[in-house]
Amino acid sequence: MQLYLPIADIPVNVFLILAMGAAVGFVSGMFGIGGGFLMTPLLIFVGIAPAVAVASVASHIAASSFSGAISYWRRRAIDPLLAAVLLVGGTLGTALGVWTFTFLRSLGQLDLMIALSYVILLTTVGGLMFWEGLRAMLRARGGRPVALRKPGSHVWIHGLPLKLRFKRSKIYLSVIPVVVVGLVIGFIGAVMGIGGGFILVPLMIYVLRVPTSTVIGTSMVLTLVTMVFATMLHAVTNHLVDAVLALILMIGGVTGAQFGARAGQKIRGEHLRLLLGLLVLAVGIRFAVELVIRPQDLYSIRETGGAPP
Amino acid sequence: MRLRAPLAIIGLVAATLAAAPASAERLIVSVSNHRVTVTPNYSGGELVLFGSVEKDDKTPANRSNYDLVVTVAGPRADMVTRRKERKFGIWINTDSRQFLQVPGYLALFSNRPFDQIASPEVQRRQQLGLNNVTLVQRVGPDFADVVPNDPFRSAFVRLRSEHGLYREATSAVTFLTPTLFRTGIPLPAEVPIGTYDVEIKLFSDGALVTKTESAFEIVKIGFEQFVATTARQNGLVYGLVTALMALMTGWMASIVFRKD
Repeated sequence: MQLYLPIADIPVNVFLILAMGAAVGFVSGMFGIGGGFLMTPLLIFVGIAPAVAVASVASHIAASSFSGAISYWRRRAIDPLLAAVLLVGGTLGTALGVWTFTFLRSLGQLDLMIALSYVILLTTVGGLMFWEGLRAMLRARGGRPVALRKPGSHVWIHGLPLKLRFKRSKIYLSVIPVVVVGLVIGFIGAVMGIGGGFILVPLMIYVLRVPTSTVIGTSMVLTLVTMVFATMLHAVTNHLVDAVLALILMIGGVTGAQFGARAGQKIRGEHLRLLLGLLVLAVGIRFAVELVIRPQDLYSIRETGGAPP
Repeated sequence: MRLRAPLAIIGLVAATLAAAPASAERLIVSVSNHRVTVTPNYSGGELVLFGSVEKDDKTPANRSNYDLVVTVAGPRADMVTRRKERKFGIWINTDSRQFLQVPGYLALFSNRPFDQIASPEVQRRQQLGLNNVTLVQRVGPDFADVVPNDPFRSAFVRLRSEHGLYREATSAVTFLTPTLFRTGIPLPAEVPIGTYDVEIKLFSDGALVTKTESAFEIVKIGFEQFVATTARQNGLVYGLVTALMALMTGWMASIVFRKD
C-alpha cells in the first residue's frame, strides 16, 4: 500500500516503514535503547531526506521512551532529581543542536554533517562496545569475576564543587558533570536524530557512577523530554517533522519493542553488548562507505524559495 | 479564485483573439481540464490540449504546412544546484549555483524536431527546446542565463528530466487534420502545485505566425496536503500536536503491553 508522506514529499510503502519501525523497535527493546541511531539511517537509505528523517525520528523516539519511562516509573527506577539536573543541560543542548541544524542546512552542508557525525560517533562507540563485550566474554570464559563498578574509586569528577545528594540513586555528585552530560546528549540528539541512549547509559554508568537500578529509567526521562523539545523546535524552525511518517514508525516501534524486550531477556549481558556493538559499528561503516565511494550523481537540486518577492 | 480560473482563460483567449487581427491565422485551444486535483495516491496522469488553426481571407492560399510548439511552464521557484567534489577523501558539496525563478515543471512539445521547424536563431529567440529556454542563474553579482552546455545548467535540466518534471518531445503534437491538432501533457506524481502557463506557438516556413496562451491549475487535496500546509503555516501547533501524538502512542503502548 503506497502512502504519500506530506513533508518528506515522497510516496512510500506503508508496510515497509511499519516493518522498519518494528525491526528497530525489536532491537531497541532487546538492548533497552531508543533505536534512533538505526531508524534515522534506515530512513535515509530508503530515500527520505536526512533532514526530514532526523526531525521525524525525534518524535518517534519520544513515543518509545515515554512508554518505557512509564513502566520504569511504576517500578520506581527513575531518579527524579537526577533527571531534572540532566534536563537542565538537555534542553539547552537541544536548543543549541536545532540552531546548529538550521545553520548547517542554510550552508548546504547538513547532509554531510549528519553523515560525518554518524561515522565518527557510531564507529567509535560501536568499536568500544564491541571491544568491551569481547573482553567481558573472554574474562567470563577465563573464570575471573566481571567488575563493572569499582566502589570507592574516586576520579577528578568527584572533586568538583556544587555537590548534590541524589537520594534514589544513592550517589553524592557535583551537578556540573551531570549538566554537561545532558548538554552533550541534547545537542547530539537534535543534530543527529537520535535519543542518545546508547551513549548516555554508558556515560552515566562509567562517568557519573549512577547505579544500574536507576540508570535506564532516568536516561529515558532525559531522552523523552529532549526529544519532545526537539520535535517542537524542528517543527517550528525548519518545518521538517513528518507526522504521518512518525506515526507509522511509532506504531511499528512500540510493537516491535515488546517482542525485543522478551528476546533480550534470553541473551546474556556480555553477548548483548557484543551484538549491539557490532550493530552500531556496522551502521557507522555503512555511512563511511557512502561518503568515500563516488556518488552516482555529483549534482543535486534543492528548492530554496517559492513565489517571487 | 479557483472557480474563476476557467473564466480567466476564456478572457485570455478573447484578449488574444482581439489582439491578433494583424496576423492571418488564429489559434483556438483548450485544455481538457483547467483544474487538476491531485490526491495523495496520485501516480501521474495526462492532460490533453486540443486546438485548431483558423484561417481567414488574409491567409496566403498556399500556406498549409504548419508547425506547432507547445510550452508548459509550472509554478516558478528558486532552486540551488550543488556539485559534489572529492575533498580529504570524502565527497562533499563544494560548488553551487542558484537558479532564480525557474519553472518547477517545464515541457516543450512540437510536431517535429525544432531544427526542422526554425533556424537556430529563431529557436533561440522563441525559446524552442530545453537548450534554448531561459533559465536565469545568479553568477556572482550578475543574473544571466549561460550556454546550454554549462555543467550546472545541463545537470539541472538532466536531474529535473529524470523526475519527469522537465521534458521535451518533438513528436508529441499530432495534426489530426492539416489544421486540427492535439497533444498530451503528462503530469508525473511529483508535479508541483500551482498555476501552469501553456503557450502555443504556430510556425510556418520557419517563422512565427501567431501564438496564444492558456493555463491550468494543479491543486493537491486530501489529508496529506492538509498536514503539509499546517506544518508550514502553523509550525507551533503542528509541533505540539505531533509531540502529543507521540506521547499518546507511547502511553497507549504502555497500557496495551502492560505485563503486570
